[in-house]
Amino acid sequence: MQTKKMFYGKHIPIISCIFLMGAAQVATAKTGFNPDISLILDGRYGSYSNTSSYALPGFMLGGEAGRGETGLYLGHNELIISSNIDDMFYGKFTTAITDENNSTVTELEEAYIETLGLDYGLTVKAGRFYSDIGYLNNQHGHAWDFVDAPLVYRGLFGDQIIDDGIQASWVAPTDLYLKLGTEILRGGRYPAAGSTDGGLGAEAYFVKVGGDVGTSNSWQVGLSHWKADVSGRQAGVHAHGGSTATEIATFYGSSKVTGIDFVWKWSPNGNAREQSLKIQAEYFERKEDGRVDMVGSSPLETTTYKGKQHGWYTQAVYKFMPRWRVGLRYDKLGSRNNGSDADVLGEAGLVTNGHTPSRSTIMIDYSRSEFSRIRLQLSQDDSYSDSDTQLLLQYTMSLGSHGAHKF
Amino acid sequence: MKILKTFVLIFSLMFAAYPVHAALNVFACEPEWKALVDEIGGKRVTTYSATTAFQDPHHIEARPSLIAKVRRADLVICSGAELETGWLPLLLRQAGNANVLPGKTGYFEASAFVQRLDIPVTVDRSMGDVHAGGNPHVHLDPRRIAKIAIKLTERMQQLDPEGVRFYQHRQNDFDQRWQKAISQWQQLAIPLKGKRVVVHHKDWVYLFNWLDIKIAGALEPKPGLPTTVRHLVNLKQALKKSPASMAVYTAYQSPRAAKRLAQMTGLTAIELPYTIGGAEGVDDLFSLFDITIKRLLGGLK
Repeated sequence: MQTKKMFYGKHIPIISCIFLMGAAQVATAKTGFNPDISLILDGRYGSYSNTSSYALPGFMLGGEAGRGETGLYLGHNELIISSNIDDMFYGKFTTAITDENNSTVTELEEAYIETLGLDYGLTVKAGRFYSDIGYLNNQHGHAWDFVDAPLVYRGLFGDQIIDDGIQASWVAPTDLYLKLGTEILRGGRYPAAGSTDGGLGAEAYFVKVGGDVGTSNSWQVGLSHWKADVSGRQAGVHAHGGSTATEIATFYGSSKVTGIDFVWKWSPNGNAREQSLKIQAEYFERKEDGRVDMVGSSPLETTTYKGKQHGWYTQAVYKFMPRWRVGLRYDKLGSRNNGSDADVLGEAGLVTNGHTPSRSTIMIDYSRSEFSRIRLQLSQDDSYSDSDTQLLLQYTMSLGSHGAHKF
Repeated sequence: MKILKTFVLIFSLMFAAYPVHAALNVFACEPEWKALVDEIGGKRVTTYSATTAFQDPHHIEARPSLIAKVRRADLVICSGAELETGWLPLLLRQAGNANVLPGKTGYFEASAFVQRLDIPVTVDRSMGDVHAGGNPHVHLDPRRIAKIAIKLTERMQQLDPEGVRFYQHRQNDFDQRWQKAISQWQQLAIPLKGKRVVVHHKDWVYLFNWLDIKIAGALEPKPGLPTTVRHLVNLKQALKKSPASMAVYTAYQSPRAAKRLAQMTGLTAIELPYTIGGAEGVDDLFSLFDITIKRLLGGLK
């Protein structure tokens, strides 16, 4: 819901001149050829009752997964540049600048082009982008309603699936919103990993249906499927019972994720200015078949692996007065993993020992304007057997001409 | 790919597009433009307004139903001047409809065809929700509406050549009735001349410019920012020095701030329709101005 209304200082004299000349034909003030540039500033404070290292029994963690740092630290500071390229193409580039072990790391999060004028409801996107599976996956972290990703996103996707590829989507010419889409992806990044099949290692399909109920309610339901031939997905973060993890659990095989997502938004007469309620839920299920090697072990420890993991979360965010919102979220995961060598499965973090990961979260946030937000979040995290009480404080601010957010 | 094909097949059967009888399918960002298209298009058009009088046109979500509507539109008509930047570009990008993109015949920004007021010399986020292109709420001046109607008619004729004479006839008829109404409103509004009025947001610049009403202050400390108690106290002080006749707000704004100020100062707080559907009986452009002027006059007593 954020808007781009501003210019950069140096253009103002030029623009003012245009208007003073009485050029009423100028369609919008956005006459500059400069792209929209926006910067997201994200800073955090984290406090945890538990000091043991994070784990999610039944899931091999990787990607960005893990709980945040302790004390004061920087989150995802992002630089976003986007613009219509010409009448046919739109382009977007997002880079996140983060700090890892005292060195600054630049991550390329998005770099894609998208067609504008293909017509017939068709849109093609190419480059690096957030996959459109699920509801939350294609939203930037700064647009989330909670500081961290739902556990199911953490466990299955390493927070979010970002990949290189091509996406084609089609909006049906119907009154009911219906969008179909497919993605052919390189699969070189977590959770696919390996860029198999000649650099066409993963694919995704999604359907989204949505509409309004009266003027106060709107909804969307999505179905999605993602699959990949995985060749060497490494568990990046993994607890190893105190010892230094020189052996890295690595998965080879097929991985298939199917999900359903739902979001319902309410505001009195459709005016979210004073009051609004947003309810969302997602469920994902993953089936994997292949083998897990403990790379680095000698002799090589290996096991066959047939995994079935699932997880869901549901959350509600209520804006009870202008600027203030409260939110509740509940996460739950489950898994049933089998293999020829139970010890290796255990080392890979694929054994639950009867524990069902879950988490309850409450948050409150204050937005001075649509460009700034300060949030306090409290979680009771039972991801693993040691229960953790987490307190997170976060600011998210956006500078510059920031494009609107999706529904 | 097989899965996709199956999806496409199943869903095209399930949601087969029902035939549209009207020659033009129009998506209006705001109810005032829907009303204007209805005046000129009559039975030849099917119109849909993305917003109602109870919604703030600055803050609309690019929700699924709106994407579906833009997908099927022949003409998208909006205020422009950045009023809809928070949601319209996203709708246009997602709908995959080449005919209604900016620059195409099917894209019509009403404010582009009239002179805009309040064009800032400098803009900065600390100033609140200011529009670099000037104030976008142009529909509150009926003289500007008359100009926009002419341009809109030309556009509709281009999009639907078979209806050229039909649209021309209706525009002429509308213009005759409209000009007559304008002189009546101006007569009625004479007592409002030079009066000072507190506004909620700067929605009223064009109306006040037309009727020669002065803005005595705004309930929003800065455009788009909610009212604060401190701001109300300051406003009360300022009003002591140079009093105002009334405070006005729209159906989509909370009446609390205006009522609070009314309590503090003894001013009358008046709700104005702002657009079609914003008050009982406001069902077209004529009744919009009828009732707006009637309520303003009521505020003088």
